Amino acid sequence: MDLLIEGLKKAIEMLISGDPEIFEITWLTLKVSLTAVLVSTFIGIPAGVILGLISFPGRRFVLILINIGMGLPPVVAGLWITMLLWRSGPLGSFSLLYSPFAIIMAQILVSLPIIIGLTCSAFQQIDEKMLLQIKSLGATRLQTVGLLVREVKIAILAAVIAGFGRVIAEVGAAMMVGGNIRGETRILTTSIVMEVSKGNFDVALALSFLLMSLAFFITFLLTNLQQRN
Amino acid sequence: MNPMIRLEKIQYAKKDRTILSIPSLSITQGEILGMMGPNGAGKSTLVKILSCLQTPTSGKLYYKNEELSVSRIPLEQRRKWAVVLQQTLIFDTTVFQNVAAGLKIRRVAKSIIKEKVDYWLEQFGISHLAKKNAKLLSGGEAQRVNLARALILNPEVLYLDEPFSALDYPTKVKLLKDFKAIIKNTETTTIFVSHDVTEIQFMTDRLAILMDGKVQQIGSTADVLNNPNPYTASFIHDMSLHIE
Repeated sequence: MDLLIEGLKKAIEMLISGDPEIFEITWLTLKVSLTAVLVSTFIGIPAGVILGLISFPGRRFVLILINIGMGLPPVVAGLWITMLLWRSGPLGSFSLLYSPFAIIMAQILVSLPIIIGLTCSAFQQIDEKMLLQIKSLGATRLQTVGLLVREVKIAILAAVIAGFGRVIAEVGAAMMVGGNIRGETRILTTSIVMEVSKGNFDVALALSFLLMSLAFFITFLLTNLQQRN
Repeated sequence: MNPMIRLEKIQYAKKDRTILSIPSLSITQGEILGMMGPNGAGKSTLVKILSCLQTPTSGKLYYKNEELSVSRIPLEQRRKWAVVLQQTLIFDTTVFQNVAAGLKIRRVAKSIIKEKVDYWLEQFGISHLAKKNAKLLSGGEAQRVNLARALILNPEVLYLDEPFSALDYPTKVKLLKDFKAIIKNTETTTIFVSHDVTEIQFMTDRLAILMDGKVQQIGSTADVLNNPNPYTASFIHDMSLHIE
């Protein structure tokens, strides 16, 4: 209990003192996570719509891969991105390993299947008659998708919230591809791991409160958007 | 009189089973054609084929004497018709937005949309519900929204597949009266599918009886009901037994 209270006090102290390093870590966490979720959303929703609405050869196989991807261990994602960005890897010449970009790539890899998979499920559940009804109103294909997205917006936003949850909690891949370099790739989750390994539980706890507040704030905004009207 | 819609040798088969086989059928402008028949007779399939929501296996469809390519109907053509399907399919938004949906799809100016929606909400007596979420409406109210959403498009042809089936009797009577007055005033060509003889008698000019995917009898509604052939007689008999 003392440890908890101590951690809370430390967190408040850190916030009040305006420690620039903490601010930098929190800001980077926010930037990296939001970028990853935005990219995953922009790719994942159209991909989920296509998978949910259009039949094509090999669709079931793609769905199986997506569902497997939803449970992809972050360390495996980290390993793949490391190999891709390694000096001798396919993208090695860009020197992207141990950069925030690498962390974003890893986070996209773990959140994208969640957003695709859940969006696809939402679209598969749409009544076929609703499609006919929209068609009968004279909608183009694009307008049909627009109307359907509005119909399943709660499920789509749930997919985005789940994707964000995966990204903000991610540590293994970020550690592997980012390297937890001070001032460059240190984010809240990797900082917490580092502080715990140093035995600084109060600092780790303070950072965890910050991480939780961030997660709460973003989820609060997304949930409000989801439940509007 | 020139037919508005004409079908020629329309066949629809599923897994080698013929669901629908119509050698010929014409509907004239301003006419209200009723369709009756037991479940599985092919009524809904025929409505979907007529409104080009379903492609027939073979046959030809003419609209104002012009043959339509049934597998690829131009959008402009589809936008001349309106369809009310058997189930009330309402969008998860306000009543106003539901009624406005087809006009928004056609990119009609906002001021015109407002004017038209207000007019049709009033016609169906649901102006007070404009801002309410349509998912929270009663069956009768939702069906009025569904019909207003179709009629606001000022369609040349209106396809109605059992639009009043989910309504209680008093609501149905009120809505039928209002609805008939509206389509007669607008002279909208209407294809009206129903299981209810009273609805058919009240609403339609001509009646087609469908059984096993074929038109068994067609003629003026009074004629078909007063002088039924053996198929029609047996269908009406079965229906009255069902009611008893």
